[in-house]
Amino acid sequence: MDIRTIVSGVFLFTGCFFMFVASIGIIRFPDFYSRIHPAGKGDTMGQAMVLIGLMIYEGFSFVSLKLLIIVIFILIANPTATHALANAAYVAGLKPWKKGDKR
Amino acid sequence: MFDVAAIIIVLAAALVLYRAIRGPMVCDRVLAVNVIGTKTVVLLALIGFIYKRPYFLDIALVYALINFIATIAFLKYREMGRLD
Repeated sequence: MDIRTIVSGVFLFTGCFFMFVASIGIIRFPDFYSRIHPAGKGDTMGQAMVLIGLMIYEGFSFVSLKLLIIVIFILIANPTATHALANAAYVAGLKPWKKGDKR
Repeated sequence: MFDVAAIIIVLAAALVLYRAIRGPMVCDRVLAVNVIGTKTVVLLALIGFIYKRPYFLDIALVYALINFIATIAFLKYREMGRLD
C-alpha cells in the first residue's frame, strides 16, 4: 500500500462525502432557489474530487487525460445548467421562499 | 476502495430520486435529473476502474455532453415554447 493509493483514497472519499451531502441538501432545503445551491456547488466539487482521486491512482497516462477533460467540462457545464435553471424559474414567476412560509 | 465509493454514490442518487418523484414543480424534476446525470458520469468512471476497462471513460464523457445538452434544451423549450 503505497502513498499514491492513500492520497487517491482520501480524495475519493472526500468527494463521496460532498456528493452525499449535496443529495441530502437537495432533499431537505425548503424551496427551489435554495435547492439549486447544493446542486450547483456541492455536486460539482464532489465529482471533481472523485475524478481527481482516480487521476492520482492512474498516474500520468492517456486515461488520466480523459479524466481531466471530463473534470474540466463538468466544471464548466454544471454551473451553467444550474444558472439556466434559475433563470427559467425566475422567468416563470416563482417567488423565493420566506421564513414562516409553508415548505 | 472503488466499489465502496460506487455504493455511496448509488445511495446518493437514490436519495435524489425522491426529489425527482415528489418535486412540486417541473424545475425541481429537471434539477434532480441533472444531478443524477452528474452522479452517473462519476459512477461510469468508477465502473471503468473497478472492472479495469478504460473504455468506460469515453461513455462517461459522452454522457456528460448529453446530460448538459438535454438540460439546456428542455429549459429552452419550457422558456420559449419552441426549439428553433
